[in-house]
Amino acid sequence: MNIAAILFYAISALILGGGILAVTSVKIFRAAIWLLFSLVGIAALYFWMQVEFIAAIQIVVYVGGIVVLIIFSIFLTQNSGKEMAKPATGKIIFSALAALFGTAFVHNLIVHYEGFKYISAKPFNSNVEAIGTQMLSTTSYGFILPFEAVSMLLLAAMVGCIVIAMRPKNEMETNTIKETENI
Amino acid sequence: MQEIPLTQILFVSTALFFIGMYGLFTRRNLITMLMSIELMLNSVNINFVAFNKYLFPDKLDGLFFTLFIITIAAAEAAVAIAIIINLYRSHNSIDVDDATEMKY
Repeated sequence: MNIAAILFYAISALILGGGILAVTSVKIFRAAIWLLFSLVGIAALYFWMQVEFIAAIQIVVYVGGIVVLIIFSIFLTQNSGKEMAKPATGKIIFSALAALFGTAFVHNLIVHYEGFKYISAKPFNSNVEAIGTQMLSTTSYGFILPFEAVSMLLLAAMVGCIVIAMRPKNEMETNTIKETENI
Repeated sequence: MQEIPLTQILFVSTALFFIGMYGLFTRRNLITMLMSIELMLNSVNINFVAFNKYLFPDKLDGLFFTLFIITIAAAEAAVAIAIIINLYRSHNSIDVDDATEMKY
């Protein structure tokens, strides 16, 4: 057992332990922090697989963006120290059985599939230059069309978020009238 | 590096996916359900990167799929949180059991 294997098992324990605690913790803020640990573990797994660019994106977007957004919304919507109601015991048992059965089933499929045993010996080149050239290439196998589509999706999501989360107009007007009356 | 076979990485991502599924089944709070969905999306990303690295190392398509999934997950989380905050304003709760107007 060399150092790479030990690192892999440590990272896997961090990912799975963080994931289990994120879905079982009764305090919502703690669940968010365990999710943070799990996502950092996934970034570490990407570093271990030597895809540094994806690992950096994972840290920037998930750890720096989505988890912070989730924590903000926890603060905005509820008392973070409050314990959540526990689900019914029957539901816990059936969900755990479904998850265990699913894991065992897929694991069985993975172990008996022959194609995963022959690993390609070619060198893996995932530097940022290769990724950027192929992503913005307009020739075949270029990803410029999905890149543009996803940029439009991000713009639409941004505008949509503002519209959804904005207070209705008449409510805002009544508030301004009240404020001016107070003055 | 060769000591860890591909199947073990796939097992980690499988376990993470079903942990997310367990959370989606048991949680009744919208924010924690969103967190479970993020776990499931991340397990899929691990699969894409592992297949790309071990089975098709001369291509980069798995990495692009991972990048697009991360982008769409960010957009999805932002929209979901806007909806959650709006729901909290009208119902004073983000429990799925309290939002039952469209159920019947």
